[in-house]
Amino acid sequence: MIMPLRDRRLLETPLHTRLAAACETQQWYAWKGFAAVQCFTTVLQEYFAIRNSAGLFDLFPMTKYRIQGRDSRAYLNRLVTRDLSALKPGRVSYCVWCNDAGQVLDDGTVFCLGEEDWRLCSQERHLDWLLWSAQGFDVRIHEETTELAGLAIQGPTSCRILRNAGAAGLEQLPPFQHAAFTCAGVSMLISRTGFTGDLGYEIWFDPARALAVWDGLLEAGNNHGLRPIGSQALDIARIEAGFIQAGVDFMPAEQVVRPDRARSPFELGLGRFVDFRKPGFNGRRALQAEQQRGSRHRLLLLDVEGSHPARDAFIYNRARQVVGTVTSATWSPSAKANIAIASVRTPWGRDNDGLWAEVYYRRELQWEKVRACCRVVKGPFFDPPRKKATPALDF
Amino acid sequence: MTERWDAIVIGAGHNGLTCAAYLGRAGRKVLVLERSSTVGGMAGMRRFAEGCSVPGCAHLLYHLNPRVVADLELQSHGLRLAASHLPTVALDENGGHLTLTERSVDGPGISPQQRAVYAAFMDRLRRFAAVLAAAGETRPPRLVSDQWRDYLTLAALGWKVWQLGRDDMRELMRIGAINIFDVLQEEFDNPLLKGALCLDAVLGTHMGPRSPNTVLNFLHRLAGQTGAGVAVADGGMQGVISALERAAVARGVEIRVNTAASRIVTDADGVTGVELASGELLACRMVLSSADPKTTFQRLLGPQVLDTGFNRRIHNLRMRGTAAKLHLALRGAPAFRGLDAAALGGRLLIAPSPDYIELAFDAAKYGAGSEHPAMEITIPTVHTRALAPAGMHVLSAVVQYAPAGLRGGWSADAKAGFMERILTQLARYAPGIREQIVSAELLTPADLEAEYGVTGGHWHHGELALDQFMMLRPVPGAAQYAAPIPGLYLCGAGAHPGGGVSGTPGRNAAQAALAGGLRR
Repeated sequence: MIMPLRDRRLLETPLHTRLAAACETQQWYAWKGFAAVQCFTTVLQEYFAIRNSAGLFDLFPMTKYRIQGRDSRAYLNRLVTRDLSALKPGRVSYCVWCNDAGQVLDDGTVFCLGEEDWRLCSQERHLDWLLWSAQGFDVRIHEETTELAGLAIQGPTSCRILRNAGAAGLEQLPPFQHAAFTCAGVSMLISRTGFTGDLGYEIWFDPARALAVWDGLLEAGNNHGLRPIGSQALDIARIEAGFIQAGVDFMPAEQVVRPDRARSPFELGLGRFVDFRKPGFNGRRALQAEQQRGSRHRLLLLDVEGSHPARDAFIYNRARQVVGTVTSATWSPSAKANIAIASVRTPWGRDNDGLWAEVYYRRELQWEKVRACCRVVKGPFFDPPRKKATPALDF
Repeated sequence: MTERWDAIVIGAGHNGLTCAAYLGRAGRKVLVLERSSTVGGMAGMRRFAEGCSVPGCAHLLYHLNPRVVADLELQSHGLRLAASHLPTVALDENGGHLTLTERSVDGPGISPQQRAVYAAFMDRLRRFAAVLAAAGETRPPRLVSDQWRDYLTLAALGWKVWQLGRDDMRELMRIGAINIFDVLQEEFDNPLLKGALCLDAVLGTHMGPRSPNTVLNFLHRLAGQTGAGVAVADGGMQGVISALERAAVARGVEIRVNTAASRIVTDADGVTGVELASGELLACRMVLSSADPKTTFQRLLGPQVLDTGFNRRIHNLRMRGTAAKLHLALRGAPAFRGLDAAALGGRLLIAPSPDYIELAFDAAKYGAGSEHPAMEITIPTVHTRALAPAGMHVLSAVVQYAPAGLRGGWSADAKAGFMERILTQLARYAPGIREQIVSAELLTPADLEAEYGVTGGHWHHGELALDQFMMLRPVPGAAQYAAPIPGLYLCGAGAHPGGGVSGTPGRNAAQAALAGGLRR
């Protein structure tokens, strides 16, 4: 059946009227069925707001699950690779979860709201997997994506702005901690989390109050450089922070058709989030075997020679063999470097492998190609001390 | 933990005992746990009336693996066959019965041409079955593997198929995945003959003659009948079970009856022991479970310690039992119209046509018991006089279809109603039988589940179908007997090659466990 046209339009988030009013470029994209903004004004203007003042980003379409019940902790601890057995209420944990073969289904954040009350936020939808995983556990799983509004407010002035809007004492909140506040006249949960690798917060509240929160924050941030940001500016920031994204840097294993396209946490540089000390979790046996056998792929952060972003470039070794591809690339205005995230076959990606990228770019409609040397970088390209400083610094 | 065993086998059915005996033969210290008061499981005997016993489920030997008999020296432990190559009688209401043997069919309305077709047809299917039988002898290969052995097994299987020659190979591929009805339709015109063959393709399954996988089930049934055909042991099934029990005990195996395992205990590295219903904890290095896969993984182990994808596959395993078991204690031998008393020792089938079975199955599809059930009947007392007091006989029949998930459940009324339909049907063939009944018992799949602890009361611990066959049996990830948890093995009919009193899954599992080595 073909649905009437009006029903096939993208859904609107509770902030849609505000987004539409601010979106000068009219550049929209579909995020899990919702209309979301790519760019409000210019990408660089928004990017520099993230890095030098603060950016405001609508998180409503993010997938959110509420997990409650007597076995909720044990359930999540079996689901994800990280050990949650000691995570206290008020904490947030970045986690990955795998299928039986130890291949990553997605990554996301787990909020411990109470001993028997948890929230899981992710890029992809996983209700089927979550429900199948519930066999033998006393848990209730409920998708609350549209029942909870979220805004990311990221950047050095983010704490000041939220405090101006009423979140007294927010500066004491350490990274990966959440607490209840009243802000812009609305009671909400604020977590010191984000996707930019900087000081920043995500705030969670009743969608019915979304317009009040948006207006209140923009007013409170008026003198602190707060501006709405779109996905393109956020993308630059997250690549600088070395954060990977499902569907971009890896294929969620449940969506993979060709068996070698999925990736394990080790192959995505997420080995530190795999904890073999806890007895049982999805993929444990496969990941242990991989650890003994060695991984097939390796995720690299690359500093690429030149200034042309190495988007979709092949990565070669000295012998001119293709050893991998770039999954994300951008010019980093903060690092003043041409940076990339790439997936290469092992053993390539060691320090002196002499990897290079074949970068294509267009100059006045003419395709050009350069061979750009790649240097493997150990940490993120952007990692300011203020990210972790507690109390949060005031700007 | 006070005692330490090399291996604990859960369940003292024929597969559990076989497995234990093989492990004992290899010098392992083995304990077998059996929840009921006697050994034998679904091949065990059951006293259902004063002085009267019957085989509780399986009442005929199709499959008993000759290698198991030889390896465990079952003959020196008392195994004798009371009868072999038993004929099958396709009962006709008016006495126009057909008699089927391995290569011949006789009776009214069977033309010489049909006789020849039958012989050729059965020969061909027996050649196909031999391929299955060969595949049943070893651990199923993994399709993607880093071990040469898996590829060798695959190659050997391919070689077996290739050896069939072009015409047979084509025919095997053509009929392998289709239904028995269509295949028989091509060859035969006699409905009674077709009905009898159809019943062999659906016994113990949730399938009708037109269901896919029925040819596979027919071949599986033929696969074991290389030596003795359909047979009965001296002493009935008890003869087989007693020989296995003696063989196991002679190899140092300890068997504890009235001892139910309630939990398989694990740590991060694998199996550490078994917890009993009494709360006692028995330490061991490995556990071989002859319980069905759902019972083993969902109840004894618990989905919490397994991965989600594996649990999903186990959950989706199809094992809805549809076969009920009828036991009658009779005053004297039953008299089937037009049937010579000498023929009572064979298999007697009530399956007058494929449509009769299909209609009986239709009811089961929608959660009802068949209005006119189909039956495989044996009179065990013909071969084993001691099963009933002098002058009496016992009748044992597999009755289809009685679905496990009966709408409204198997209440006393539902059971009485189904029993009445069975007796009405029986009386059409043996008019005086009602008056001969001293005692009667009907075991529905619900009863079988309660009695033998098998999920869904399914005879074969899971449907035998291409998607639950060989390297897919019971599910990928546990199809080579080893479960995803180190030290845990499946050794029952839920594992390859499947149901029937063969001992083959038990033997193969023991070999897999021994090859896997003892941990720690």
